[in-house]
Amino acid sequence: MSVISISDLSIALPRGADREFAVQDCSYDIAAGEILCVVGESGSGKSMTANAVMGLLPEGVSVAKGKAEFGGKDILTVSEAEQRALRGDRIAMIFQEPMTALNPLMRIGDQIAEVFEAHNRHRPAERREKALALIREVQLPDPEKIIRAYPFQLSGGQRQRAMIAMALALEPELLIADEPTTALDVTTQAQILKLILDLREKRGMAVMFITHDFGVVAEIADRVIVMRYGEIVERGNATEVLENPQHDYTKRLLAAIPSGLVGQSTEVAKAPALEIRNLEKTYKTGGGLFRERRDVRAIDNVSLTISRGEVLGLVGESGSGKSTLGRAVVRLVAPDAGEVIVGGTDLAALSDSELRAARHKVQMVFQDPYASLNPRHRVMRALTDGPIAKGVPKDKARARARELMETVGLGADAVDRFPHEFSGGQRQRIGIARALAMDPELIIADEAVSALDVSIQAQVLDLLRDLRTRFDLSILFITHDLRVAAQLCDRIAVMQKGKLVEIGPVSEVFLNPQHSYTQALLAAVPGGGWGQAAE
Amino acid sequence: MAIAGAILSRLIKAAITLLAIAILNFFLVHAAPGDPATVLAGEAGAADEQMIADLRARFGLDQPLYVQLARYVGNIVTLDLGYSFRQGQPVLDLILDRLPATLILTLSAFWISLLAGVALGVAASARVGKFTDTLITGTALLFYATPLYWAALMAVLVFSVQLGWLPGFGYETVGSGYSGFERALDILKHLILPALTLGLFFMAVYMRMTRASMLEVAQQDFVKTARAKGLMPSLIRRRHILRNALLPVVTLAGLQAGQLVGGAVLTETVFAWPGIGRLMFESLAARDYNTILGVFLVSAAMVIVFNILTDLVYRLIDPRIGHKA
Repeated sequence: MSVISISDLSIALPRGADREFAVQDCSYDIAAGEILCVVGESGSGKSMTANAVMGLLPEGVSVAKGKAEFGGKDILTVSEAEQRALRGDRIAMIFQEPMTALNPLMRIGDQIAEVFEAHNRHRPAERREKALALIREVQLPDPEKIIRAYPFQLSGGQRQRAMIAMALALEPELLIADEPTTALDVTTQAQILKLILDLREKRGMAVMFITHDFGVVAEIADRVIVMRYGEIVERGNATEVLENPQHDYTKRLLAAIPSGLVGQSTEVAKAPALEIRNLEKTYKTGGGLFRERRDVRAIDNVSLTISRGEVLGLVGESGSGKSTLGRAVVRLVAPDAGEVIVGGTDLAALSDSELRAARHKVQMVFQDPYASLNPRHRVMRALTDGPIAKGVPKDKARARARELMETVGLGADAVDRFPHEFSGGQRQRIGIARALAMDPELIIADEAVSALDVSIQAQVLDLLRDLRTRFDLSILFITHDLRVAAQLCDRIAVMQKGKLVEIGPVSEVFLNPQHSYTQALLAAVPGGGWGQAAE
Repeated sequence: MAIAGAILSRLIKAAITLLAIAILNFFLVHAAPGDPATVLAGEAGAADEQMIADLRARFGLDQPLYVQLARYVGNIVTLDLGYSFRQGQPVLDLILDRLPATLILTLSAFWISLLAGVALGVAASARVGKFTDTLITGTALLFYATPLYWAALMAVLVFSVQLGWLPGFGYETVGSGYSGFERALDILKHLILPALTLGLFFMAVYMRMTRASMLEVAQQDFVKTARAKGLMPSLIRRRHILRNALLPVVTLAGLQAGQLVGGAVLTETVFAWPGIGRLMFESLAARDYNTILGVFLVSAAMVIVFNILTDLVYRLIDPRIGHKA
């Protein structure tokens, strides 16, 4: 008995888009109590069907043909008022970004109660009680307090729970979850996935779960459809698709996933490229005339060494201090105490002018390839500004820029183009070339592949591996993604609340974790069992 | 609790700022050539050295500058703004006398511009790209680009001289003997033209700001969440978009509110409105040090007071402020 049945759905993109249809001839249905995962990379059109079902298609995008039968009606053709009546009541949706999906100026309780108001259920006094019950059901701590809290007072995972509470308010028959765990830490992700599984069990809802992550698929899906360029390329039971993919694209996607296979760590015993000794950084907040001071120890007495030619993976959840550590090494944040020794100089002790001269030794590759390049500068300028400031003659810097673009696989002629002419993966290659242009002793890659689709991610990881053997690069690779870390790194350092809790060769840390936090992190990786089994 | 602490801390900072401003003003005014003695003597027509020296001695102008400064600061602390040689009255009385007229004018203009600006901005954003939007933005651009004095003169010409609907100058009908309600109505009639003129520019600014801000907030994720709940579009606009969109408008309104006392010189002059602005203008011409300094100080105090008020309003609208450690 299917709750929703979509047939021959095509969704037209506005004129001038890169293709005519966001989704083409798409048919599937979801039964009550079933979780269907819609998998695909960005631009595959995987969210569009969900938006069409919700009546929330973006401006200019429209349904070209097809039906979506729900409750005996084609909900694509009913009036806006009827669609509105369905939304939040019989069909509910949760979104990817819990940080921005809640109104920052409204209390959590009011935002949940608003669902009842929108559909004219219950008297205002009862709505609060109902909201409270929902907050309890999604297992938020201290419901009486949460109901009066504002979104900024909740963590990402808590906000996503609040979103789920809203979605569940009127007991929908269909829950659409659009990448609901992508922005969350692994342990939080594991909890949210479990919550969704439990609720499915309890309520018997149909769930359309949109994701790009096969790990999540392995964890949660009953059935899977794989989309590419708006078309369904593969469908089947979760185990079938994961174990025995038929379509080439699915095979490639699965192959691109950094598997549980632990990379062989190259033994490196050369001079250290980076030595961090007893590094400390405490963020002091408040401390005004009348406010209590609060200290957050972002880096708490951390010491570690990276040898020349070594890739050290620094993993941890958000707030663990891993990014602060990376920034402290480049001195984008000034450490309170300790030494950061790169090629014999203690960067932490340099004066501002000395630092300027030494800065080229450590280069960063940032997370967001879209925001880290100046959109008004050609690639040539992005690659030569640094070297020229360092004193490299202009001609030489330009020749080197062309050479580097060749090295990262974009071709020398690409230097004359602007960043917007490149895709995310290509921009990240430019980011890497930019870092290399400074001839650094150490590269810090801060979540450098986290924003990329899996297949692109695999290519960039290949590039990093290749560069590392060719140029004997030392890399501090900061990531929240343990699978990625396992693929690239020689050694892994695990941070929790500013402390370095475990460090060791990648095989040791992954196969025989000593610290309880490392164990918890590894256990929380979605589809962990499946990843291992596939070896 | 946190709010009380924040206010107290702001007040202490404000007092220090105000004192610094007073001292700066003092030097600024004394840096200009000429002093009240020469002006008074000049106007009396008998400018012999002896008379000027006598006048200076009477007003304490013969003392060294630092003595004058010390005396001035000492007086300020005791809320004594000095005596206007020119008007023959204590400066505080002069200012308190003029303050209500100015505040009536500027506060009316402030509220007119804020309310109409936000309302028009919301209306324009709701029909973006349509005729209503074009009409509103076009009109706002016109108001924005029109020089204030020209708008004021035209308003007088059309509504007062040609049509005779409203009085063109003054605060109330002189010698009318009105009192109570009749007087209030009379003042209101006089108020309309200058308040509208003064408010037009900021109305255009608020309108554009509100419109842009509404359109930006409408793109945010939580608006999609609100739609996914099945809320009516009008409710989404009011409850989710408008409240968030108002934050930058409040910032701007706080800036405008700071000019409530000193910002109406031009309008007051054109409409012969007996307010602080004109007092300042007249005192400047007459080198009436004490009055100028007094007006400066009161204006500065107002800026600070409205800054604090803006911060409080911000706290009311945005729960993140103040909670943030």
